[in-house]
Amino acid sequence: MSSTFETVAEIISSTSDVALDRIKPESHIMKDLEVDSLAFLDISFEIDQRFSIKLPIEDWMQSVNEGKVKSEDYFVVGSLCRHIDKLVAVAAAA
Amino acid sequence: MRLEYFQMLDRIERLDREAASIVVHSKVPRQSPVFEGHFPGHPLMPGVLLLETMAQASGYLLLALDGFARMPFFASAKEANFRAFVRPEADLIVEATRVHAGSGYSVMRAHISSEDRRVSDASMTFRSLPFSTPELEQHVRREGARLGMIAEGQGAS
Repeated sequence: MSSTFETVAEIISSTSDVALDRIKPESHIMKDLEVDSLAFLDISFEIDQRFSIKLPIEDWMQSVNEGKVKSEDYFVVGSLCRHIDKLVAVAAAA
Repeated sequence: MRLEYFQMLDRIERLDREAASIVVHSKVPRQSPVFEGHFPGHPLMPGVLLLETMAQASGYLLLALDGFARMPFFASAKEANFRAFVRPEADLIVEATRVHAGSGYSVMRAHISSEDRRVSDASMTFRSLPFSTPELEQHVRREGARLGMIAEGQGAS
């Protein structure tokens, strides 16, 4: 079974034309991988579908825009994977 | 339909909130300046306007599901197909379904049929944002009323 990182990296690569070997846990999805906001919608959709969750992107963006958190807390690949794992665990416990 | 005003929908036939789907009727006008260029002697409904028709049906479905609280903006189209010519005076049945409700965005599937034949289909993504101006919100609500959407619990619900 693929790890969360492997699955997310494959999703980013296939939806955004980013070479798979460029995608590292420490890569910022927008700043390093140059994924734009529209492509990130496709990534979110694929993640939602594959993991049967709903990424709270709007809440995350609002928190970043209000300066409550850094964008790295959500939009670095490794951070995103940790949030996905938490959402999957919550969904499984529900 | 009034092509030159981007008024692509005529009447909502069915709105199913539980299934997140909508069915809309539209009739292609007999005459329009659009047909003078597309094409002389061979008037056809442009594919981009069929796509716009599917987008508007999807958009009004999202407005209904969201209680007209936010404006859905057409963000992307994938796998748009135009399978048959659509000529002036064609009756169109437009069906749209929300296949995924994301955080601030929705993924839709839609198709158009005419004379029981599928003429177009597409997958689309919409971003939902707060209304940027009161004028936009008023326009959308007015259009919703024209389509029969505001009279919920009756024909369009």
